[in-house]
Amino acid sequence: MSDILSFWGTYLPQILDGLGISLKVTGASLAIGIPAGLALALMVQAKSRFLRWFCLAVVEIGRGAPALILLQFAYFGLPNVGVSLTSFAAAVAALSWSTAAYTSEIIRAGLQAVPRGQIEASDALGLSFADQLRFVLVPQGLRVAAPALLGFAVLMLQASSLAFTIALPELLSQAYIIGTTTFRYMPILCLAGLLYACICIPATLLVGWFERRLARHA
Amino acid sequence: MSWDFAILILSGLPWTIVVTIGAFAMGLILGAPLCAMHISRNPILHFLALAIIIFLRSIPPIVWVFLLFFGLGSGFISIGAIPATIIALGVVTAANMAEIYRGSLSSIHAGQWEAISALGLPPVSSFKDIILPQLFRVTLPSAASYLIGLFKDSAIASTVGVMDIAFLANFVARKSFDGLTPFAFAAVLYILISIPIALVARIADARLRQKVAQ
Repeated sequence: MSDILSFWGTYLPQILDGLGISLKVTGASLAIGIPAGLALALMVQAKSRFLRWFCLAVVEIGRGAPALILLQFAYFGLPNVGVSLTSFAAAVAALSWSTAAYTSEIIRAGLQAVPRGQIEASDALGLSFADQLRFVLVPQGLRVAAPALLGFAVLMLQASSLAFTIALPELLSQAYIIGTTTFRYMPILCLAGLLYACICIPATLLVGWFERRLARHA
Repeated sequence: MSWDFAILILSGLPWTIVVTIGAFAMGLILGAPLCAMHISRNPILHFLALAIIIFLRSIPPIVWVFLLFFGLGSGFISIGAIPATIIALGVVTAANMAEIYRGSLSSIHAGQWEAISALGLPPVSSFKDIILPQLFRVTLPSAASYLIGLFKDSAIASTVGVMDIAFLANFVARKSFDGLTPFAFAAVLYILISIPIALVARIADARLRQKVAQ
């Protein structure tokens, strides 16, 4: 046991570096993906048929294709059309797409939960469309969507481990690299798993607490 | 990318299906006792199930695959890539199915249980004949959407060398020096196969609903 602890101690800095990159990729993907998801949620209801179909295609491909394929497409595929991304940029691009697609559905459901009377009232008050969005629809819709969005953020941290396949030195990659050099896969993969659990378990509990709290005020 | 390459990628479909079905079957079966433990009045069983479920769901599936394939494989028990992926995805599915079962159970009206005990019906057969059919109907839509998610997650198998769609797309991309078409083709393939699963689930759900509506 003390043997494993000292092994963990030796490689902890490298593993924590990996965790940092995992968190950065997740954070960047959420920061780009969620606003894009909001835009998609609004645009799939647009009047222009072209725009509607385009957004629908973006959402359906982002949700329908495995994240693993999107990652490899961004990293190995895009250089063929002259866009060479670093593994970090490719991971952020692919996971943002996936985030935008999934969150657009979550946000759309949130926006639909805003009572019709709210929209009618803001129409009656003569609010412009932009103000209606800014002051009435988006704040209320996002409040409904918040627990689901947080739950999705936890899944996104887990999905960032798929960036292993495009050689991004995130948590799982670091654990794997240490495993190949020391041939002690089991303890180092356990440590990586524990670190994921250390973040995801409190986050999941927080989401549950948040959901119950919102339900109480509904 | 020529037609030969398209057919090569398509030939990964059987392994994708084997991994998906295997993991799903395992999850469907193991999810039931896990759910039973979770709703048990025995606090030890309850917290044990809670801990198992939250642990399985909080660690990414790919990490479970690696733990089984590389972790157990390095000096503990030698395990093949396909069983490792099926077991890893299977236990994660079991945790999620346990939650889905619990949700369905709680959606069954309390009056049903009260009626069973008021009529003095035998517990086992009444569960089978009264509760289970209702449970099946409520579980079907969420289980189907989980199955579609699992189908996409099965691409993880490619990371340990299972020759599924994702693995062969990667292989073709390396061989043809074209990363764009093979992965786009694989993406379309995954999307196209998800559509009939969703369709069948929707039709089955509508039929079952019709039966109850009368």
